[in-house]
Amino acid sequence: MSEKKKSKYIIIPCSGIGKALGTITRRATYIVTEEMVPNETDSICLPLLTIEDEETARKIRENPCITVDGCIAQCAKKNVEHHQGKLKGSIKILDVIKENPKLKPGTVLDIGPDGEKLARKAAEKTVKIMGDKS
Amino acid sequence: MISRVATRRILEERDDVVTICLPLFLAGGQEERDFAKDNPCIAVDGCDKMCAAKGVQMYGKVHPKSSIIISEIAEKHKHLKPKSKSRIEPQDEKLVRETMKRITEEIDKAEEEEE
Repeated sequence: MSEKKKSKYIIIPCSGIGKALGTITRRATYIVTEEMVPNETDSICLPLLTIEDEETARKIRENPCITVDGCIAQCAKKNVEHHQGKLKGSIKILDVIKENPKLKPGTVLDIGPDGEKLARKAAEKTVKIMGDKS
Repeated sequence: MISRVATRRILEERDDVVTICLPLFLAGGQEERDFAKDNPCIAVDGCDKMCAAKGVQMYGKVHPKSSIIISEIAEKHKHLKPKSKSRIEPQDEKLVRETMKRITEEIDKAEEEEE
């Protein structure tokens, strides 16, 4: 008897290197995929999608995706849209900062305790989208 | 994580280097794509899938001046594979420093060629 493989949410951070916000997207993604809901989520390497890797493109077309972007360029969201991925939601760290104005992220190399809190809040928003869509 | 930290530290040490977010090649405009064409690029890749080197070729339409693959450095110098994807552990510092050394050598070489 064949069993249909259950799809997982693919969480995709922009991983931008120019600002601390990019590091926060990575941290938020690992909080979701390694701590909060590891069995229901997975991630991909965004640069692999950018260079048209077939396996990565198939993965985002076959599974629901949530992007986590640091800045207004929204590279993760735009790359997923460009490759016709199943985009179910997108998080902007700038919005998380606006909602938590007292939290000041650190640097690209060390986001600091406030950056860690922002990452956790972004992770919670990501899991909430998963709940709302399921 | 190693490519990210090594690149960023080089960026903070020197004033003759800039970096670009690879996914911005696709998400951004022509300005971002021309950037790779108009400047000598050093691709720093974590694994042999070489996304950075391929991205420069795809979008900048030029071969990167040089390409560094960290998994090869790790193998050559018998460094342990980094365990965390989120942070640099003390045992990863050697690999970060070795990568920074390679990046610096490549920048210096590119500058000599420009002169």
